[in-house]
Amino acid sequence: MRRAGSLRRPRLPERVTRWLFLLPALAYLLLFFGYPLVENVVMSFRQYSASTFYTGEAPFAGLRNYAEVLPSDLFREAVLTTVLFTVGSLVGQFVIGLALALFFQRRFPLNGVLRSLLLLPWLLPLVVSGTTWRWMLDTDTGVVDRALRDLHVVSSGVPWLTGTSEALVSVILVNIWVGIPFNTAILYGGLQAVPAHLYEAAKLDGAGPVASFRHVTWPLLRPVAGVVLVLGVVYTVKVLDIILVVTGGGPADATQTLATRSYALSFQQFDFGRGAALGNVLILLSLVLALVHLRAGRRALDSRGVVR
Amino acid sequence: MRSAAISARRRFTALAGTVALALTAAGCGGGTGSASADGKVTSITALDYYTDTAEHAQWGARLTACGKRAGVTVEHRSVPGASLVPQVLRQASSRTLPDLLMLDNPDLQQIAQTGALTPLDAYGVDAGGYAEGIRSAGTYRGKVYGLAPTVSTVALFYNKDMLAEAGVAVPRTWAELKKAAAELTRPGRYGMAVDANATFEGTWQFLPFLWSNGGDETRLDAPQAAQALQLWVDLVRSGSMSQSVLNWTQADVHDQFVAGRTAMMVNGPWRISELDKAATLHWGVAPLPVREAGQTVVTPLGGEVWTVPQNSSKARQKKAAQVLACLNDSRSMLALARQYHTVPSRTAVASRYAREVPSMAAFVRSVERARARTGRLGVKWPRAATGIYTAVQAALTGEQTPREALRHAQRIATGS
Repeated sequence: MRRAGSLRRPRLPERVTRWLFLLPALAYLLLFFGYPLVENVVMSFRQYSASTFYTGEAPFAGLRNYAEVLPSDLFREAVLTTVLFTVGSLVGQFVIGLALALFFQRRFPLNGVLRSLLLLPWLLPLVVSGTTWRWMLDTDTGVVDRALRDLHVVSSGVPWLTGTSEALVSVILVNIWVGIPFNTAILYGGLQAVPAHLYEAAKLDGAGPVASFRHVTWPLLRPVAGVVLVLGVVYTVKVLDIILVVTGGGPADATQTLATRSYALSFQQFDFGRGAALGNVLILLSLVLALVHLRAGRRALDSRGVVR
Repeated sequence: MRSAAISARRRFTALAGTVALALTAAGCGGGTGSASADGKVTSITALDYYTDTAEHAQWGARLTACGKRAGVTVEHRSVPGASLVPQVLRQASSRTLPDLLMLDNPDLQQIAQTGALTPLDAYGVDAGGYAEGIRSAGTYRGKVYGLAPTVSTVALFYNKDMLAEAGVAVPRTWAELKKAAAELTRPGRYGMAVDANATFEGTWQFLPFLWSNGGDETRLDAPQAAQALQLWVDLVRSGSMSQSVLNWTQADVHDQFVAGRTAMMVNGPWRISELDKAATLHWGVAPLPVREAGQTVVTPLGGEVWTVPQNSSKARQKKAAQVLACLNDSRSMLALARQYHTVPSRTAVASRYAREVPSMAAFVRSVERARARTGRLGVKWPRAATGIYTAVQAALTGEQTPREALRHAQRIATGS
């Protein structure tokens, strides 16, 4: 059918029809992704302020917004924090997510119930879980410090949210908690696709659990793992709500990432030009990762083709 | 194939029609206030951030009453505090601003600068007799754009029982404050609490200490500012104040106080109705301590101003200004002040109020000298405010000494 179609040149109405089918999707993409994206890029080259909203006047500023934002210490700190936050979150989410996915692969009672309960952090609004974590991590009255004290792990309260080094760890921990369900769900799905007979064959060859993970599970899971990680990076780089709710970027800017900085510039100082410039750095980063994701996705398909 | 193409085309036409319809509807939805056929204004719109159910209803009733006097009905809408300014900016760009708009007073100059507001003298609104602080907050480039019926500020709230039990007098100087806070601290309880979080609210709580000591937002690197910040640092270092102040909002500070986990706190009179609900809590309120006896307390001025935004209909603006004038007459001022434990912003009305409600006398006195946050820096205030809370955070975490932190703050404030 398809081969026949590609041999002859489609008639005009047919081509029009094809485009008409594409049109809704194209219109949607242009309206809701293309337009804001272009607008954001344009904004970053203009001197945008609160008055621009009323007067509509935003004088062209060239690269000035970028020149102000990029070389500053705050930008460097924000990049470092963003990297630490992203890497920390991803490692935690992925390792725990994979461990849970492997665990749920075994057959045991209540497996299904537990697996669906695990999705709970994903279903809760982030502001709700963020606020709850903020209470739990309070040094004086939070349940976390009380538990640690009662277990004699620490003698005095850990300043989870108010110590400059602890705060970043705390937001990472909260973000790991938020991200585990996603990682578990996708990796569990990937594990289901590994043919059971390969494990049987490995067992016959005398492979223990470690060896069968290394030589059977991991190679077959790797494409899925790649997708999970790339999506994870894209989701994590832009995290704003969790940080804003849990620490507000503090203490002393210890948890300011590129996303929170951009938000503060635009919506607290109404310097939309500089906010947009910083936002574009994030978009660029996500775009690169999205390309990596697409390639990884293609590779995943290819390698699966090889297995079958 | 052909029929499919036609049907697809037909479907597209239908879709385009729907989109056009939706756009028209959205366009119409913008200006909701209506005028009757003969051009007489029958209703105006009002926007504020009083989202609390009781407060929203009370303001709704007040607006309705004032609207009746002006011969219009008022469509009253409230959005959460944090989204009010972004909402106003959006409405400014789509020319769908409400007829009557409430703003937090430090935001007024920023919005007035955009050109979205109209000066009130054009409508003959009486702007005389206001306390200096709130007059300057509502003024942009010599013209009054906003008037607040009532104003407020912060003071020291203390737990009478805890002070009595520890044998501590209400502190009046910083030295007394440090001593009192240390003596009031027990296991599971701190002597003092403030809001030192990384927002403008944290800045707002630090200002009375900065200003009363002769410090200024234009010279944050001056020694007076460092002394004020040192006080907060000392309180946290000595354990009289929790390090969690770095992450507390004013509401959190209030909760700590009500739960008996702090003996004193910095907060405002808008908390009084909540404090009164806690039956076992015996609380008092006093002016904030100063560094040395003899210094005057200078506190930041809080309160919301009402404005009349730019609008295509002069008649609607006139009606809105009438309602605004009604909100700001002495009767409304007194009623609102009693309702929310705030202070009438006309000095004559305020002194009458102080005689009638002696418990508010401390606030009435401090409001007279209260300073508007935008008084010195105008539209540049947000930068200084950011500098201040950044410095407070850096000093309280021990990242920087108060001196270094404030020197950095001065750089943020001047944008260098």
